[in-house]
Amino acid sequence: MGHSVLVVAEHNDETLVSSTAHAIAAAKQLGEVTVLVAGTHCGGAAQAAAQCDGVAKVLQADAPELAGHTAEAVTDAVLAAAQGFRAIVFPSTAFGKNVAPRVAAKLDCAQISDVIRIVDEKTFVRPIYAGNALATVTCDDQLLVLTVRTTAFDAVAQRDEAAPIESLPVTFTGPKVELVSRELTQSERPELTAARVVVTGGRGLGSAEQFHALLEPLADKLNAAIGASRAAVDAGYAPNDWQVGQTGKIVAPELYIAIGVSGAIQHLAGMKDSKVIVAINKDPDAPIFQVADYGLVADLFQAVPELTQKL
Amino acid sequence: MKILVPVKRVVDYNVKIRVKPDGSGVDTANVKMSMNPFDEIAVEEAVRLKEKGVASEVVAVSAGVAACQETLRTALALGADRAILVNTEVELQPLAVAKLLAALVAKESPQLVIMGKQAIDDDANQTGQMLAALLNWPQATFASKVEVDTGAQTVTVTREIDGGLETLKMALPAVITTDLRLNEPRFASLPNIMKAKKKPLDTVTPEALGVDVTPRIRTLKVEEPPKRQGGVKVADVDELIAKLKNEAKVI
Ligand SMILES: Cc1cc2nc3c(=O)[nH]c(=O)nc-3n(C[C@H](O)[C@H](O)[C@H](O)COP(=O)(O)OP(=O)(O)OC[C@H]3O[C@@H](n4cnc5c(N)ncnc54)[C@H](O)[C@@H]3O)c2cc1C
Ligand SMILES: Nc1ncnc2c1ncn2[C@@H]1O[C@H](COP(=O)(O)O)[C@@H](O)[C@H]1O
Repeated sequence: MGHSVLVVAEHNDETLVSSTAHAIAAAKQLGEVTVLVAGTHCGGAAQAAAQCDGVAKVLQADAPELAGHTAEAVTDAVLAAAQGFRAIVFPSTAFGKNVAPRVAAKLDCAQISDVIRIVDEKTFVRPIYAGNALATVTCDDQLLVLTVRTTAFDAVAQRDEAAPIESLPVTFTGPKVELVSRELTQSERPELTAARVVVTGGRGLGSAEQFHALLEPLADKLNAAIGASRAAVDAGYAPNDWQVGQTGKIVAPELYIAIGVSGAIQHLAGMKDSKVIVAINKDPDAPIFQVADYGLVADLFQAVPELTQKL
Repeated sequence: MKILVPVKRVVDYNVKIRVKPDGSGVDTANVKMSMNPFDEIAVEEAVRLKEKGVASEVVAVSAGVAACQETLRTALALGADRAILVNTEVELQPLAVAKLLAALVAKESPQLVIMGKQAIDDDANQTGQMLAALLNWPQATFASKVEVDTGAQTVTVTREIDGGLETLKMALPAVITTDLRLNEPRFASLPNIMKAKKKPLDTVTPEALGVDVTPRIRTLKVEEPPKRQGGVKVADVDELIAKLKNEAKVI
C-alpha cells in the first residue's frame, strides 16, 4: 500500500496527546504518513510528531485562529493541507470525532468512523450497534476520511531522528467560534484510555462519597485509572469524561475491574476488549458476569475494602 | 426563532440485535424501533427552548422509509409543532442525510439545528458536523448545556470533551449535537399523543430537494464480534487475588 496519508494530530500545542501515536500506527498501514499539527505556538507538538516512528513529514499550521483547536479553524487547516492525499486519518476521540466529519463534508467525501482493522487501502472493519456487530465496508472514492479506534492500533514509538517540519499557511474562511473556557479534570492517575489497569464503578456504589472512598484507594494500589458507568456519571458520582461505553470512552486495559456495574450492552461496548475482566456484583445474574474472566458475587462494600487491603 | 430537529428511526436500544446468518446485515424485521435516544434529548431541548419563549417553532425531520412517520409522530407528541418526512427507500449514509438536511435548512431557514451526537445503529457520529460544514455554520457537538441569547443572536454551549468540559460561544445560526447529560427527556402523555395525530406532517423526496443520496460506502459483510468466554466465579477475595496473580498474571 503506497498512498500518502495525512494524520491530523491531537495535541495541546506543547506535546502530542497519546491518541496521535495510535492514529499514526493505523495510517502507516495505508502508506506514507504526513502529520498535520494545527495550533498556536505548537512547535513542541510538531517536534514530537516529527519524532514518531513512521512519520515522513510534518506540516505545522501555527496561527492565533487555531488557539482553541475548534472544529471550524482546524478544518481550514486540514483543507489547506489535504491536496494530494488519499486518506485523512483522525483518532476516534472527542477531538477527532468533532473535526473529521466537518472535513469530510467540505471535501464531499465519505467518512468511515471508528476503524478497528484495515483490510486493504479501501476496505475497513468497524463496529456498529454498540459493537454487537462488525461491518466490513469499502469505498471507491479517491479520498477517504477515517477515524480510528486508538485501542485497536498499538502506538508507534518515538525515535531520535526527526522528519522535516514544514510550515503550512492557512486562510481562515470558516465561522468564528469563541472558546470561553475549558475545565479539565486534574488527575494524577494514568489516562483512562491508556491505563494498564482500569477500576470502574457503577450505580452500585450508591453515592459520590462512597464512589471515591472505595475506588480511589483501590486505584492507588493498582496505579489504575478510574472509569464509571453512565448511571454513575448521571448520578453525579463521577465526571462525564470517566464514562466507559458505546457513547463514552473505549478502553482495553490489561485488567478491567467492574464494581457495582450491571453490564448493559452500552457499557460492554466500551470495555469488552479488555484482556482480563473482573466483576464484583451482588447479583449473581448480572450480565457483566457473562464477559468477566473472574466474577465475585459479593457486597461491594465489604469486598472492595478487603481487596484493597490485601493487595 | 425556528429550530429544526432531525430524528432518526433506529432499533430500540433495549433490543439485543441479531446478525443475519448470511452476513448481509442486522436483522431489523419484527424488532422494536424507536427514536434514537440522543434525538429524544434534542427534541426535549428544542421544546424547552420553545417553552421558555426562546423558540417560536420546532420542526422535526426524519429521512428514510415511510415508517419514519411513527418517529415523527413521537416528536410531535413530545412537543414539536410540525414534521417533515424525507421519504426514500435508499439506505441513507451520514453525508447524504446531511445534504438532505442542508436542503431543508435552505427552505426553512431555522436559526438552530439541534440533533443527536450519534445514531445508536451506525454509531457514525458524523451527520451534525457534516451539516454544519455544508452550511458553513459553526458547530457545538456533544452539548451538555445550551444557552441562547436571542438579543445578541448567539448561543453558548458547554461540551463534553476528553478530559472534561469546554464552553464555546458562537453566532446563530448554528448546529448543536446533544450528549447524554443535556437533559432528561419527558414521556409523551396520552393527550399529547392524540394531539400529535392532528399536527401537520409533510412529505418530500430527495429528488424534489435535488439531493443525490446514492450510498458512497458499500458494506461487504456484517458479522458477529468474537464471543468472549465467560470465565469462572471465585469464592472470595483471596481466591480472586490468587487468580489474578498466578493465573492471569496481571498483578
Ligand atoms: C443511548 C444510550 C447510550 C448509553 N451509553 C452508555 C455508555 O456509554 N456507558 C454506560 O455505562 N452506559 C450507557 N448507557 C446506559 C446503560 O444502558 C445502563 O443504563 C448503564 O450502563 C447502567 O449503569 P450501572 O451498571 O452502573 O447501573 P445499574 O444497571 O443500575 O447496575 C448497578 C449494579 O450494581 C449492583 N449493586 C448494587 N449494590 C451493590 C452492592 N452493594 N454490592 C455489589 N453490587 C451492587 C447491582 O446488582 C447492579 O447490577 C447508555 C444508554 C443509552 C440509552
Ligand atoms: N435518517 C435520518 N433522519 C433524520 N436524522 C438523522 C438521520 N440520520 C442521522 N440523523 C441525525 O444525525 C444524528 C447523528 O447520526 P450519525 O451521524 O448517523 O451517528 C442523529 O442523532 C440524528 O439526529
